[in-house]
Amino acid sequence: MAGEGGSAATGSCASRHGTSSSTLGRLRCGIDLVRVADVAECVARYGERYLRRVYTEREMRDCFGPAAGVVLQRLAARFAAKEAAFKVLEVDREPPAWTDVEVRRLPSGACALELRGRARALADEQGLGELAVSLTHEGDVALAVSVACVAGQEPGESRDWSVRRWQ
Amino acid sequence: MAMTDRIREAISSQGRLRTPVSELADDDDLYRHGLTSHATVGLMLELEDQFGVEFPDAYLVKATFESVSSIADALTKLGAAEA
Repeated sequence: MAGEGGSAATGSCASRHGTSSSTLGRLRCGIDLVRVADVAECVARYGERYLRRVYTEREMRDCFGPAAGVVLQRLAARFAAKEAAFKVLEVDREPPAWTDVEVRRLPSGACALELRGRARALADEQGLGELAVSLTHEGDVALAVSVACVAGQEPGESRDWSVRRWQ
Repeated sequence: MAMTDRIREAISSQGRLRTPVSELADDDDLYRHGLTSHATVGLMLELEDQFGVEFPDAYLVKATFESVSSIADALTKLGAAEA
């Protein structure tokens, strides 16, 4: 598969929050899969409006590089990464914009997530540190996984976390 | 054309459902019939084009797009014309 690098997250729940099992944070994981053809249709049909609604300037620069053939795959992988991050963030009634989660490509080739606005606030409220991400694409499919560690106890299990979960 | 019929046209165009939208009731859950996260974006943009509105970020939750009825409610709140 044509990955765009693994996660750039460092450390672990244990190293960040202590080594005793009683102080280990709980992991949160989110995943999303996107058909590249669906992204292609949105780009063709809605053009700039679609791109600016979903992707940051940096992401578009990263995607529209010299390797034109993989532009749509890269966009699809970034959309999947944003949705995977939303699942980790357990987005509720005040959702972030898609552009509040930015996929950054590091010099090493790994990818990292930059949170801002409502996405950053949600992460801080829930005691999440860094959200790690890994992207891959092959043919007509792009996929991303995001993982984060929750400091201390999880919020109550009764939390309504269904709204931004499209599926 | 009624608002719900126009919404059904947008869903048919961009929703990529497994079930023809003509077979769904207004309150049926579109996500249970195959609406994906990315298809929701296409549906949102199509609705914006068809109804001349813009969905603010606060509306970009599953509850807004989960049925023909919920979409109609959202469009009405955004001031979309009925016909």
